[in-house]
Amino acid sequence: MKSAIEVRDLVKSYSQVKALDGISLSVGEGELFGLIGPDGAGKSSLYRILATLAAPDSGRAEVCGLDTGREYCKIRTLVGYMPERFSLYPDMTVMENLRFFATLFGVSVKESYPLIAPVFAQLAKFPDRMAGALSGGMKQKLALSCALIHRPSVLLLDEPTTGVDAVSRSEFWDMLAGLKSSGITILVSTSYMDEAARCERVAMIDRGKILVTDTPRKLVAGIGENLYNAEASDMFRLLTALRQYPGIRDCYTFGATLHIVAEPSFNPAEAVRRLAAEGIGDARIYPAKGDIEDLFIKLTRDEKQ
Amino acid sequence: MGIFLSLVNKEALHILRDRRTMLITLLMPLALLLLFGFAISTEVNNVRVVVALDGHSDQTREVIDQLRANEYLSFSGIVPATEAEAVIRRGDADAALVMRQDKGILERQIVVDAANPIVGRSAAAYLQGMMAGSADSPVLTTTLYNPQLKSAYNFVPGIMGMIFILICAIMTSVSIVSEKENGTMDLLLVSPVRPRSIIFGKLVPYFLLSCVILAIMLVVAYTLLEIPFSASVGLVIALSLLYIVLSLSVGLLVSALVDTQLSALIVSAVLFMLPVIMLSGMIFPIENMPVILQWLSSVIPARWYISAMRKLMIQQVGIAEILQEVAILAAMTALLLVAAVRKSNRKS
Repeated sequence: MKSAIEVRDLVKSYSQVKALDGISLSVGEGELFGLIGPDGAGKSSLYRILATLAAPDSGRAEVCGLDTGREYCKIRTLVGYMPERFSLYPDMTVMENLRFFATLFGVSVKESYPLIAPVFAQLAKFPDRMAGALSGGMKQKLALSCALIHRPSVLLLDEPTTGVDAVSRSEFWDMLAGLKSSGITILVSTSYMDEAARCERVAMIDRGKILVTDTPRKLVAGIGENLYNAEASDMFRLLTALRQYPGIRDCYTFGATLHIVAEPSFNPAEAVRRLAAEGIGDARIYPAKGDIEDLFIKLTRDEKQ
Repeated sequence: MGIFLSLVNKEALHILRDRRTMLITLLMPLALLLLFGFAISTEVNNVRVVVALDGHSDQTREVIDQLRANEYLSFSGIVPATEAEAVIRRGDADAALVMRQDKGILERQIVVDAANPIVGRSAAAYLQGMMAGSADSPVLTTTLYNPQLKSAYNFVPGIMGMIFILICAIMTSVSIVSEKENGTMDLLLVSPVRPRSIIFGKLVPYFLLSCVILAIMLVVAYTLLEIPFSASVGLVIALSLLYIVLSLSVGLLVSALVDTQLSALIVSAVLFMLPVIMLSGMIFPIENMPVILQWLSSVIPARWYISAMRKLMIQQVGIAEILQEVAILAAMTALLLVAAVRKSNRKS
């Protein structure tokens, strides 16, 4: 498979902070690739370099086989970039925004409409509404329409679903799947771990480094081994007790329960008995199904050690 | 629609849709012109003068007649010679004209209340001028260019110098920086549009807006304030256009140096508005400033604009007399424009 995005040993610092610390990754043509990591992990810096807005301190980045430094002019017509915040003109209408970006790229709305139609359909009902008056989900769809207007071959989406409700988020991922099927390479970043499952491959990024790159299925495979849920009425006491318990590698809050990463020799039944002896009578420990968030916690912990 | 036109059109939409800002931009110049033209003036009218004397003669009667006829002075009665100071002290008069007969010669003394120095100085000057005519060898005073000593003549060029810096520098810098803040600048930059087009697409609408303001101000100055600059109107417009371009470059430079709308506003207002008001000669004559401030005022573009505009609008001289100002303004514009375009093109 030919790669649409190729990044090698990218380093970028802002005064004291190292935003990217030697990142390498490769995204194949037509792939839906997820970039997952917490805020401040360096995702936006990577996007700015790929979108030719910033130059790396060292390393190399190629988009569609073109160098982001030397051939940035050509890249700009091939890439659709949607920055992190809602970045359209709030005092212009839906249609005015769309037309404006179409003109910038020298295309007409009409010829690109088939591509953006699935995204734009809902917006087409109120073309004269001011962009600033749209709901979060609608703003996001308008921004995506504008990023797609010149029919780019690579779509760079920086946290597109941040600040958008769950229904719109899910819809948005359906649209991305649709765009992927029309052959567009998509690099999407998110801090919602649950969205990783909707990508073909994901890279986990933290503090400017890529921790792991693989398909979501392979990443979570094996993470459920020796992973348990733990519950009690006094969660905090349970957490401190479990953290000192022999045979437990890690214990952290996970939603409404605790997750325990244990040694293979760990025996839940015995642990409940010993906790009862310590005064935590209502503790329950049962096997958990691991997901990408458990993996992230494991990887960042390994990184620190 | 071409790319450039579409950029201009977009910017025009921003300007037109922000009704409040546009209203302020159009009304502020008008309000300032009318305020300084009519309400605030350094002219002194209706100076109340009492005549203090012990006895009448033909000469004193003649002086009193002159006083009555003078439009700037208002005759407010006759008091005994010894009362002159007391009347002023009570605030019943601004000036007293004391006349005594001494060995057949009329001795005259002017007493003025200088609690307000402007009124005091003018009152003394008016009275001296009035009586100069009655002396044996009259002094002829000719006031050139502004025979009625209207202060509007002085203020109009100053206000224009201030308005253009305010509107062009603040509005362009804020509008560019707001795109940086909103992230839309990134979207413009990742498009194939050249940065140059983006910048000029920003400047052209504000240039047009400034032209509208210029037209409004010139019409008001000519009709309501009756400044007779019709002879040099072509030069006035050409010079103002140069100054508008200079102000736009200032705004552009500011926008390249700061990252938030607030700092753009503060930099434009503090760095440009205050010096323009204080040091450009708009209100305080440059000749009266300490030498250091005189030097400082030389780097303020408004100083040269205002000076040239006074020559053009009031003295109605030809281009030969304002060559120095024009050269300085043109050099400043070129310098600012180059610096601004360089700064904005820099990649992060």
